[in-house]
Amino acid sequence: MVPLSYYLVLSAILFGCGVAGFLIKRNIITIFLSIELMLNGVNLSFVAFAAQLKSLDGHIFVFFVMVVAAAEAAVGLAIIISVFRTRETLNVDRVNLLKL
Amino acid sequence: MHLWIIPLLPLAGAAINGLLGKRFSRGLVTTIALGSTALAFAMALWVAAQFAGLPPDQIPHIERYGTWLGAGSFSAEFGIYLDQLSLVMLLVVTGVGFLIHVYSVGYMEHEGGYYRYFSYLNLFMFFMLTLVLANNYLLMFVGWEGVGLASYLLIGFWFLKKSAADAGKKAFITNRVGDFGFLIALFLLIKHFGTLQYDSLWPLIGKYPAETAGAGLLTAIGLLMLIGATGKSAQIPLYVWLPDAMEGPTPVSALIHAATMVTAGVYMVARSHLVFNRAPDAAIAVAIIGTLTAIFAASIGIVQTDIKKVLAYSTISQLGYMFMACGVADYVGGIFHLVTHAFFKGLLFLAAGSVIHGLGGEQDMRNMGGLRKYLPYTFWCMTIATFAIAGLPPFAGFFSKDQILWSAWSSGYRVLWLIGVITAGMTSFYMFRLWFLTFFGEYRGPNPETAGHGHDADAQHAGHAGAVHDAQDAHAGGSHGHGAPHESPWVMVVPLMILALLSFVGGWIGVPHSLHGSDHFGSFLSPVFSATAAAAESAEEHGEASTELAFTAISVAVGLLGLLAAWWLYYKRPELPAKMAKAAGGLYTFVLEKYKVDELYGAVFIQPLIALSLNVFWKGIDRGLIDGAVDGGAAGAREVSDEMRHMQSGNIRSYAGWVAVGAAAVIAFMVWRGVR
Repeated sequence: MVPLSYYLVLSAILFGCGVAGFLIKRNIITIFLSIELMLNGVNLSFVAFAAQLKSLDGHIFVFFVMVVAAAEAAVGLAIIISVFRTRETLNVDRVNLLKL
Repeated sequence: MHLWIIPLLPLAGAAINGLLGKRFSRGLVTTIALGSTALAFAMALWVAAQFAGLPPDQIPHIERYGTWLGAGSFSAEFGIYLDQLSLVMLLVVTGVGFLIHVYSVGYMEHEGGYYRYFSYLNLFMFFMLTLVLANNYLLMFVGWEGVGLASYLLIGFWFLKKSAADAGKKAFITNRVGDFGFLIALFLLIKHFGTLQYDSLWPLIGKYPAETAGAGLLTAIGLLMLIGATGKSAQIPLYVWLPDAMEGPTPVSALIHAATMVTAGVYMVARSHLVFNRAPDAAIAVAIIGTLTAIFAASIGIVQTDIKKVLAYSTISQLGYMFMACGVADYVGGIFHLVTHAFFKGLLFLAAGSVIHGLGGEQDMRNMGGLRKYLPYTFWCMTIATFAIAGLPPFAGFFSKDQILWSAWSSGYRVLWLIGVITAGMTSFYMFRLWFLTFFGEYRGPNPETAGHGHDADAQHAGHAGAVHDAQDAHAGGSHGHGAPHESPWVMVVPLMILALLSFVGGWIGVPHSLHGSDHFGSFLSPVFSATAAAAESAEEHGEASTELAFTAISVAVGLLGLLAAWWLYYKRPELPAKMAKAAGGLYTFVLEKYKVDELYGAVFIQPLIALSLNVFWKGIDRGLIDGAVDGGAAGAREVSDEMRHMQSGNIRSYAGWVAVGAAAVIAFMVWRGVR
């Protein structure tokens, strides 16, 4: 059996990649993908713990996260499309009309 | 008897004129101001008549209208305490006050701020009546402070003139110093007796053992009261404000700074006679202060050239006599002199005002002379007043001053008597000097023939017309374009005549037994001072009537001597005084400059205070500490915000970065604390 720590390290790597992408990338779509990456990194640690502890709680959490992620993706993509329509760009640094 | 109406009448007058007077015609302002005062005087007369009918056991007559303030066991009421002493004061204040109101109508005719003037004058009457009628020290203190306020407002009446505004401030601040002493005396009374109501305080003090050997609580209270009295009544060391107070309109000088307000200190000491009775050290301090002030001020008065300044120093000197009398426990004599002084000093000031008015603002006696033919009525009134203050019989001042000197002798303080007699001679001298300089010899002012103005009745005030100015304008009305000296209008002369009559006969109410009089005044007032009078009475028994007569003769002789000296120096040989002044040299200048007391106070108290306030309190504490703390706080907040501002860049990725940093920080914290 693969030890728990392997899952956790992989989960941390995925999460770290997500954070790094989120901070570095300028394209909104990429940022969006990075968020999904972070969520899934967390999901991985949830199921790893669930398997290790023989508990269903982790699985339930994962389902919740996936539902929320799906909803978020729907809303987020809609926003991205409307931003692109008005601003004609996907660069977050340009989406700064609220800045003084 | 509804005594509360008396003080409230002038208050109503002050309120109506003060709030609405600007829109009123002069006639209406005059009616309101004079009407309220006249009614108050009429009511005072009615009260006096009622008072005479009161059975002795109902004296003092006390009226209570309710509690003013209560704190724990202490309480002060609104109430009126009417005994012989306050009745005398009531009559003097309303009577002389009314006459001076009438006179003011003429004197202030050409001045701006007419309604303001009468509003202040009525306000003064209200506070003075509160002072003399109050039935506790706290209410008296309200009046005490209030007359100070009215005095300040009226001295600075021509407030655009810097010297007048400064004089007002000087009077107020100097009085503040004295009030501080008075206030502490009141605190001591509250602390040790728990009340300031006269009727409950006197028995408590009466039970207190007399401090014949050594000093104690009552001595402290007495001395502090004396400090208060020296402020209000212009005694050494706080007299310096009174000469400067002459910047105010002359009727104000007459009413406030001669006849009534400055006697408040004497009234207060007389009112507190039980305290001084049981604290002989404090009482003798009163006598010494009074005597020193009397001779000190008289010596300055001799060399002054401003007619009002002479009268101002004379007032200080006469107030000194009153304190001398109170200090040797002759309160009746002190109050008697207060009354006669109110008559003749009020008259002197009003007559001087009439002269100043007639000369269009000239106050320097060196520019007067020979006015006898121009101002005949004023001259005769002034003559009576001068004889009265010089203490020559049968005028009013003779009886009161003689009584004071006799009490000083019979009380055993012979030195005080000697100084008093010398002062009497000086008083006579400087008053007759004023009289001769002003009314005799040749007119030394601008030549009336070349002054250009005709002098018929219509043109009488043509010169003034040019001087019609707003109150805002300084009293520069002065001598420009003024015609020949002229007699004042009737509205000014009639009060002079009434006061002249009073200065003539006013003393007859207290003709001493030694002159086969019946001393009505003494027997009227003595119940108030019965506790004190017993001692004084016995002393008086010892003195033979013939001895008293001899002393009377001495004081009359001294008065005549002053008259002769003034006649010789200022009428017969008018070139002599200048030579004598030259011979005296530095001494003369020193006295002329009022012994440099103002400069001394300036160097000792005022300059260090200003330096302290400027360098420590303003630049050090206010600007350094307080402003520094506020400014420093603001600057610090700005510095921090300047840094924090960068967080809120509007850049989404930097926000994300901050979120990540925050999350990392939280995780780090949890790891550090140990997650469970």
